[in-house]
Amino acid sequence: MSEIIIKADKLVKKFGEFKAVDSISFDVKKGEIFAFLGPNGAGKSTTIKMLTTMLHPSSGILKMAGHDVTKERDSARKTFGIVFQDPSLDEELSAFENMDLHGVLYSIPKKTRYKRIEELLKLVELWDRKDSMIKTFSGGMRRRLEIARGLLHEPKILFLDEPTLGLDTQTRNLMWEYVRKLSNEKGMTIFFTTHYLEEAEDIAQKIAIIDNGKIIAKGTTKELCKETKTETLEEAYLKLTGKTTRDESSADNNGLNFKTAMRNRNLR
Amino acid sequence: MGIIYALWLRQIRRYTRSSSRLIGTIGQPLLLLLALGYGIGAIYRKAGEGDYLAFLVPGIIAQTVLLSGIFWGLIILQDKRFGFLSELLVTPVSRIKILLGSALGGSTISIIQGILIFLISLLLGFRPYDWLLVIPALLILIVMSISLTSLGAGIASMVNDFQGFQGINNLLITPLFFLSSALYPLNNVPRPLAIISSCNPISYMVDAMRFFLSNSTHFGIEKDLIVIGITLVLTVTFAVDRFNKIEM
Repeated sequence: MSEIIIKADKLVKKFGEFKAVDSISFDVKKGEIFAFLGPNGAGKSTTIKMLTTMLHPSSGILKMAGHDVTKERDSARKTFGIVFQDPSLDEELSAFENMDLHGVLYSIPKKTRYKRIEELLKLVELWDRKDSMIKTFSGGMRRRLEIARGLLHEPKILFLDEPTLGLDTQTRNLMWEYVRKLSNEKGMTIFFTTHYLEEAEDIAQKIAIIDNGKIIAKGTTKELCKETKTETLEEAYLKLTGKTTRDESSADNNGLNFKTAMRNRNLR
Repeated sequence: MGIIYALWLRQIRRYTRSSSRLIGTIGQPLLLLLALGYGIGAIYRKAGEGDYLAFLVPGIIAQTVLLSGIFWGLIILQDKRFGFLSELLVTPVSRIKILLGSALGGSTISIIQGILIFLISLLLGFRPYDWLLVIPALLILIVMSISLTSLGAGIASMVNDFQGFQGINNLLITPLFFLSSALYPLNNVPRPLAIISSCNPISYMVDAMRFFLSNSTHFGIEKDLIVIGITLVLTVTFAVDRFNKIEM
C-alpha cells in the first residue's frame, strides 16, 4: 500500500530569473487521493504542467510510476490521464469521435477501444449523446466527457486541474463520488487541484499547500489543523497563506487561466 | 500510420462540417475569377495579349491554395487557443506525427479547394492546353499545398492570438498574392515590381501551373521547379522547427 507512484525531488522551474516553482519535494502513494492547493500564481499549474510533461523542469527529479518524466517521456505519458483546467475537447467533433481519436493516439486496438468507449460514456451518462457535436454540450457534459476521455487508456494516475470550476453542485457531487470510486475500486491515484477547500477536506487523503513556489505545508487535514491550531482546512489554509488576494493569472503567463479561455471562446 | 490517418480524418471532418469555411476560402478566388476573368478579359484581348482567362485561371488556382493552405495551417492556432493542442501534446505521440497528420489534412483540403476552382473555371469557359498535362499541374498543386500549409502551421506555432492571425492575413497572404505573377504578366510591368515578383515563390508556383495548363511561362519550367522544391524544403523545416518549440 505504501508504494510511491509520484516522486518529486527538489523540483525547480524558472522563467528567466523568476522561480515559479522553487525546489519542491513530495511523494504521492499509489491509490492515494492527493490535493494540491495554493493561491493563484503560487505554482500549482506550473507543477502540474511539469508532472504531465508539458513543461521541462529547470532542475530536480520527477518520477511517475517509476519512469523519469524527462528521460522516458512517452512511457511516463502512458501512465497518466489528465483533465485540464481549460476546456480541451474538439468542439467540431462528436463525443464519440473525441473519445475515439484519444484512443487512437494511445494506440488502443479498435475492439478494446470501442468497448471501453461504450462503457465509459455510459458511466458518465453521455452514451445517448455520443453522436452530438461538443459545441452543443453544456459545461458539465464537457467536463464529464473529459473525465471519461482521461480514463480511456486506463491510466494509473489521474490528474484533475480544478475539475469542478464552473460546475453546478449536482455535477460536482457526482464527479467526486465517481473519483472516490475509482480510487477505492481500481486503486487509481488521484492528483487534483481546487480552490474549493471543503472539496479538498472531503475527498483528499493527503494535502500539500504551495505558496510562492514553495510547499509550505503537507499532511492530512487533521495534521494541518493541528499544526495551525484551527478547526477546518479552510481556516488552516488561510492561516498558512494569508488573507490577501493574488493576481489572477499565474506568473508563467503562458498558462491560460480559465477566464482568458472563456473570453477566447466568446470571441469566436 | 493509424495515428496520422486519425489526425488527417479529424481535419477532413471539420472541413466537411463547416460550410462557412468552405465559402470563406473559395469565395474570394471565385469572385476574382468572375470579376477579373470577365471584366478585364475584354481589355486584355484588345491590348493584343490574347485569352486572359487562360492566363488568369492558373493564378487563381494558386491563390486558392495560398489562402486555404495558410488558413488550414493556422488551424493549429485554434487548437492552441481552444485547448485541444494540450490534449494532443500530452499523448505519447511524437510532435512530428501530430504535425504531419494535421498538416496533411490541411493540404488535402487545399487540394480539394484548388480542384474545385479548376472545375468552376471549366464551366466559365477555361480549357487546359493539353488534358494530359493536367496531371503534372496537379502534382504542382499538391507540392504547393503542402508548402503553404506548412508555412501556415509554422506561423501558427509562433503566434498566440487571433490579432496576430489578422496581421498575417494582411501582411503575408495579400502581398504574396498581389505581388506575384498571378494577375498580370511580368513582361511589361515596371522594373521594381518585376524584381519583387521574381523574389516571390508564389510567382514560380503560378508560372509552373501556367506552363502545364496554358502552355506559357515567364521564368521557364526548370527554374520554376527548382524554386518550388527549395520552398518546400524551407517551409517544412520551418514548420517542424517551430512546432517542436511550442511550450504550453
